[in-house]
Amino acid sequence: MANKRFIPKLYLLFVFALLYAPIVYLIFYSFNSGDTMAAFESFSLTHYGELFADQRLLIIVLQTIAIALFSALCATALGVLGALFIYFLKRPAMRQMILSLNNVLIVSPDVVIGASFLLLFSMLGVKLGFASVLFAHIAFSVPIVVILVLPKLYEMSPSLIDAARDLGASEREVLTRVVIPSIQPGIFAGFFMALTYSLDDFAVTFFVTGNGFSTLSVEIYSMARTGVSLTINALSALLVAVTIVLLLIYYWLKERTKGANV
Amino acid sequence: MKRLWLASSLIFILGLLSLVGIRLLEASGAPASDTLVIYNWGDYIDPELLKQFEREYDTKVIYETFDTNEGMLAKIEQGGTTYDVAVPSEYMVEVMKEKELLLPLDHTKLPMLQHIDPYFLDLPFDRHNTYSLPYFWGTVGVAYNPKLLEGQTFESWDDLWDPSLKGRVIVVDSAREVLGVGLNKLGYSLNSKDEREIQQAMLELEAFSPNVKAFIGDEVTQLMINEEAAVALTWSGQAADMMDVNDDITFAIPKEGSNIWFDNVVIPKTSRNVEGAHAFIDFLNRPDVAAKNATYVGYATANKDALALMDEEITSDERYYPPVDIREQLEVYENLGLKWVGRYNEYFLQYKMYTQRIN
Amino acid sequence: MKRQSTNVLLIVPYSVWLIGFVILPIGLIAYYSFIGIDQQWTLDNFATFFTSTYFTLTLHSFWYAFLITTFTLLFAYPTAYLITKSKHKQLLLLLIILPSWINLLLKTYAFIGMMGLHGPMNALIQAFGFPSQQILFTDFSFIFVSVYIFIPFMILPIFNALDELDRSYVDAARDLGATRWTTFRKVIFPLTIDGVKAGIQVVFIPALSLFMITRLIAGNKVITLGTAIEQQFLVTQNWGMGSTIALFLLIFMVIIMIFTTPRHKGGVTRGK
Repeated sequence: MANKRFIPKLYLLFVFALLYAPIVYLIFYSFNSGDTMAAFESFSLTHYGELFADQRLLIIVLQTIAIALFSALCATALGVLGALFIYFLKRPAMRQMILSLNNVLIVSPDVVIGASFLLLFSMLGVKLGFASVLFAHIAFSVPIVVILVLPKLYEMSPSLIDAARDLGASEREVLTRVVIPSIQPGIFAGFFMALTYSLDDFAVTFFVTGNGFSTLSVEIYSMARTGVSLTINALSALLVAVTIVLLLIYYWLKERTKGANV
Repeated sequence: MKRLWLASSLIFILGLLSLVGIRLLEASGAPASDTLVIYNWGDYIDPELLKQFEREYDTKVIYETFDTNEGMLAKIEQGGTTYDVAVPSEYMVEVMKEKELLLPLDHTKLPMLQHIDPYFLDLPFDRHNTYSLPYFWGTVGVAYNPKLLEGQTFESWDDLWDPSLKGRVIVVDSAREVLGVGLNKLGYSLNSKDEREIQQAMLELEAFSPNVKAFIGDEVTQLMINEEAAVALTWSGQAADMMDVNDDITFAIPKEGSNIWFDNVVIPKTSRNVEGAHAFIDFLNRPDVAAKNATYVGYATANKDALALMDEEITSDERYYPPVDIREQLEVYENLGLKWVGRYNEYFLQYKMYTQRIN
Repeated sequence: MKRQSTNVLLIVPYSVWLIGFVILPIGLIAYYSFIGIDQQWTLDNFATFFTSTYFTLTLHSFWYAFLITTFTLLFAYPTAYLITKSKHKQLLLLLIILPSWINLLLKTYAFIGMMGLHGPMNALIQAFGFPSQQILFTDFSFIFVSVYIFIPFMILPIFNALDELDRSYVDAARDLGATRWTTFRKVIFPLTIDGVKAGIQVVFIPALSLFMITRLIAGNKVITLGTAIEQQFLVTQNWGMGSTIALFLLIFMVIIMIFTTPRHKGGVTRGK
């Protein structure tokens, strides 16, 4: 019996170890007194010092976070509406077509998206900078939200909606009281994936940014030629640490309130 | 539903907080009368110098970065940006010139021009330096680690074909550099537009395929430092970065000749502060500034008076600053035009697929 | 006439997005695919696509995307399943996503270091008494890192499907004497197939257009359609050819979509 509980735990541990291995590696080298990830010389905090002295980099970090949060929020809203739109479509062929169109941005290589968005924005006369990057990030995050929300809609029991209607609920009430609560896990998943897309993107952002606005990815990729400095490692280490602490606090608070309610 | 609203409000507030943070950080800089937008490769200037320029000229510097010449071209061509100074490679200067994306330089506003070695001026890609001045320069050659080899040297390109190097050479992932090795080996021009010559070069290169370990870009630096590979066909800038960390590594330019490349400062048409752009370019050419910058970046400077101010160990090193007789053999890339760039890249794609098949 | 449910708010924002950011760019790509390198109208790009070079490239892309998706699924499904069993499932799920917020180029550099001849992975291999292996620039390293990148994207939809799974079905099957394996095959897997299909969509399709790591981890010994497009747009500056390949990629995607989209009878509430 002990064995049966042990093996799954071991497997999960293994998966998490793999997922975090490169990140531990990056963090390890952030304490290197040398300047590359090639050879560890000795322990030092110099790269953390450089990080806090680099005002430009700190601004870029905040810009990256702002873009990620706002774009993921808008993309989630848009994606949920889109999923509902597709769900309520009557004709299967139509649904198939819209769904294919929905996925175009997932399959298109980033350069293609970036270049076509750049053409689009310059046609529309959008000033390159915060707004154009925000629009672009919303645009390419919508499809992943749709994909994650849609299965939740199909899992929902159709009789639920009918029952609500029979009880005299308005369309609005059906949506906010019945549909949305039952697809909530899909919405949260969509938000987090949209966040991931936004934080990861380099090529699209590169094409549509300008006027002093930049994100971390653009900054890191453009360092490739001369070598990415370890300041970036230090920054990543801090971001991981802060995120994990926030997560744990949030989780702890949630557990406590849950416990109090019982 | 309530949970959703709560979560979204929280996210929204966090977003707003970041925006406030950005404003605060931006406001903490000293107020300046002018702004200057620089478009450069990432980490390709000593950041101290940007601060120094801001102080001396009462100008706020905005530093934006790109990772390929072509990406930069697309951004400047499309408009919507206001770059005052950009740093393209030599063939891209030609392209931008043809597309009329550059403003001519006013040499009367660039007195520090006198410090630049005349050898690096008036080059074929920009005669009379009408549009550009050299920023850094370098070559293409062979970086290698004698500790991992059995006494091989790379005085000639032929040495790369040595069968003992099977699967041990990392090759730069760039069409003109690789086909260039084949062309150089046969004594043809790097700017050849002769299908027959290129096909001959391809045949030579196919015989070299077994020695290829991988086609890699800038990451070759890390691999060589880690002694993952013994030999790399690469740019001198990358080699300089390797030698910086791993003392065993050395760099050679084969005697048949090779490519000499330049990164150049230009003023794009998008500039809103042409005066400031000139001031900045002239600032870069001040020997003390050029010396500081070259020390930080680690690439070779074209500023002859800066050399005197730098560590002699570097400036006397022929691997960084090759002597005149080798310089004579070096050839600058010309802009081949879209059609031939396409041909070179098709050949290179074929070559990569051939190498993949036989390995 | 029960169709008021699809009111304006549902249709307008998403349609605007669809037209502005999807249909318009597709139009641009389609237009460019007919433009030759000399800016003239031509079908040359399509002719080039059907040469052996690009045909081999396409086959390679599909083969690697298939391998990547299969391995991702093999790792992701049990992980998602075990997470749903845990007391702290929400926390664990967030911890699965967290690594993907760190810049991909940085993680790739970390992998180059870890997989090197003198890196920790080889140290482990040597600790077991084997000689050090060339890991970088092999099919193994390429697939390993790709799976690493895609695993959260596969876990999430599968987790959502498993989490919703009605425990009573599983219990019923077990009570009726089904073995664990039969229960999984006949009950659990079919009930979560939509999640699996969603996962396949978000892994297989992007796997066709992977680039960067084909160079950094596979040393360009794997060349995908994504790499080819990247090259055409950024190196060769032949947007026409790049668009043509992109167009074919879109066609492949539509075909894959047709195979992986759940066949539901459509919007419910329609009355029979």
